[in-house]
Amino acid sequence: MTFLETVRTAFSAVMSRKMRSALTMLGILIGIASVMLTVGLGQGAQESITSQINKLGSNLIIVNSGANSSLTVSNAGGAANNRTRFTTPLTLNDAAALADKDTCPDILHVAPVSTTTTTAYNGTSSGSTSVVGTTPDWADVTARTVTSGRFFTNVESSAGSLVAVIGQTTADTLFGSGTYVVGRTMTLSGQSFTVIGVLNTVGTTLSGNGDETIVIPAGTYAQRFATTTNMNTVSTILMEAKDKDSLSAAIQEATNTMYVMHNVTPAAPDFTVSSQQALVETVGSLATILTALLSGIAAISLLVGGIGVMNIMLVSVTERIREIGLRKALGARPRIIMLQFLVEASMLGLMGGALGVALGIVAGQILSKAISYPVIISFAATSLALAVSLVIGIVAGVYPAWRAAKLAPIDALRNE
Amino acid sequence: MTAIVEITDVHKTYRTGSITFEALRGITLSVAEGEYVAITGPSGSGKSTLMNILGCLDIPTEGSYLLGGEDVSTMSEKDLALVRNRRIGFVFQQFNLLASMTAQRNVELPLMYAGAPASDRHTLAREALERVGLGERTHHKPGELSGGQQQRACIARALVTNPDIILADEPTGNLDSVSTHEVLRLLHELHDQGRTIVLITHEHEVALEAQRQVQIYDGQLTEGLHV
Repeated sequence: MTFLETVRTAFSAVMSRKMRSALTMLGILIGIASVMLTVGLGQGAQESITSQINKLGSNLIIVNSGANSSLTVSNAGGAANNRTRFTTPLTLNDAAALADKDTCPDILHVAPVSTTTTTAYNGTSSGSTSVVGTTPDWADVTARTVTSGRFFTNVESSAGSLVAVIGQTTADTLFGSGTYVVGRTMTLSGQSFTVIGVLNTVGTTLSGNGDETIVIPAGTYAQRFATTTNMNTVSTILMEAKDKDSLSAAIQEATNTMYVMHNVTPAAPDFTVSSQQALVETVGSLATILTALLSGIAAISLLVGGIGVMNIMLVSVTERIREIGLRKALGARPRIIMLQFLVEASMLGLMGGALGVALGIVAGQILSKAISYPVIISFAATSLALAVSLVIGIVAGVYPAWRAAKLAPIDALRNE
Repeated sequence: MTAIVEITDVHKTYRTGSITFEALRGITLSVAEGEYVAITGPSGSGKSTLMNILGCLDIPTEGSYLLGGEDVSTMSEKDLALVRNRRIGFVFQQFNLLASMTAQRNVELPLMYAGAPASDRHTLAREALERVGLGERTHHKPGELSGGQQQRACIARALVTNPDIILADEPTGNLDSVSTHEVLRLLHELHDQGRTIVLITHEHEVALEAQRQVQIYDGQLTEGLHV
């Protein structure tokens, strides 16, 4: 008896008890489908996080003023004792030092950034937007491009020209969608600015809506929007490392430079250097842990499904004692009987698994439409799900198959 | 004539806990090639036990059993399976056809376990079914056949491997008189063609169909038919 014939025999046995087989498969089906969905959601989350990184600009490093540790500490006395460390604000000098290729060879671009929120006007149209004062390097650091017009130059930046590059949403709000806005003027903080470029569309990133923004030269920002007396002050310095591998070196160089610039020790820093990538990786690993946890819970239903297969196979062996006896009388060796029942059990597992994969894919499509969030079901996950369902079937079948193989032919035939 | 079956002083003892039951108490039986032997006996006489040992479904506690010159009394289940497949054709009272398969597939089953290629199986099974007069019904399932036809399919399955011996256990027990007659005539024809047949029955009229009768009573054999 060839293996193919055993498979055919098992298949016809499964098919001759359709309702029972279907119910047995249901356990595996639900388990596989829920694991696939959970993993699909997890992979979707990973994917969207990765695309967020790309939107932020690759290998982005951020310097903020103030140390992480300067938080409010309440003491036991009850009276609020706000131990706030004196912090030196970041300045354009810091940015210039970080841009020094001798001390910071791994830092490619440096963009000092100051931000505020204000309302922009064009006649009666107005829109609340964020205003970013920065240098031309900003576009490189944040991986932004202009879709029409141009970005401002270093000359315009230091001269404090009244020019602005605006996001697509802001352009639509102020001038109406579909309008060519380069060369038009708008009013910001009582000053008339000429729009010289429109930024590419990026949608919402981890740092807010990237399309609802106005980018103006740092010099202009210092003159028109600076709140402190020191016009050199900036809120953040953004940097781009040369590549992914030099990211940690670049962070180290930036940190060392800042120690020197601010004359502080590592024990008491007054600034924070962080990378978005590190943050995103943390979020990503959290998503992985969550996925693993949820898959684990879903896998319990697979276990229950496997027990269902085992149970039904035991019932089947008992019911088919005569059939087993007859097959033995006709010359089936114990091994062949064992194989027949093993194949039957693994077929229940595999068919349930295949239907579960199909359900997982369909449900994934529907779910990703419904919650507008990607659900990614990979080929690897699909193959793994099928393999797992097959293994469950085999494991669940071992004991019943062994029982069938062990039956003495006379006992099996006597049963009437 | 050479003996196909040679059973010498066979004992079979069943033990259930502390209770022992001697089902066969020193059976000696020889069946020659081409012989048609009927074994009769009331229920509880050891008839079924003898049938199981003859069919290599069980092994004796004591004594020897040579089947076609091969000692089968001490074989493992794996080897016995092979002997059953090659040397014995079973005909059961309950037919024991698999309900989900056609007559053709049922008859092919022993050939499948023998490892015969598919084309040979089809031809041999078809021939066997034609031999028993079911050539028109090869693709019917057992449920679509009458009792007599089912038993003839069962005989076809016993014939298909060309075994040394056909072992028929109460083959007419579940049949009406017309079908009984049909089946007995078929066995008779097979005997006439040189088949060795051992028939086990409790009906005297059926036993008289055979060439030779032996009777089992309390686990011991006697030649002839005692009423």
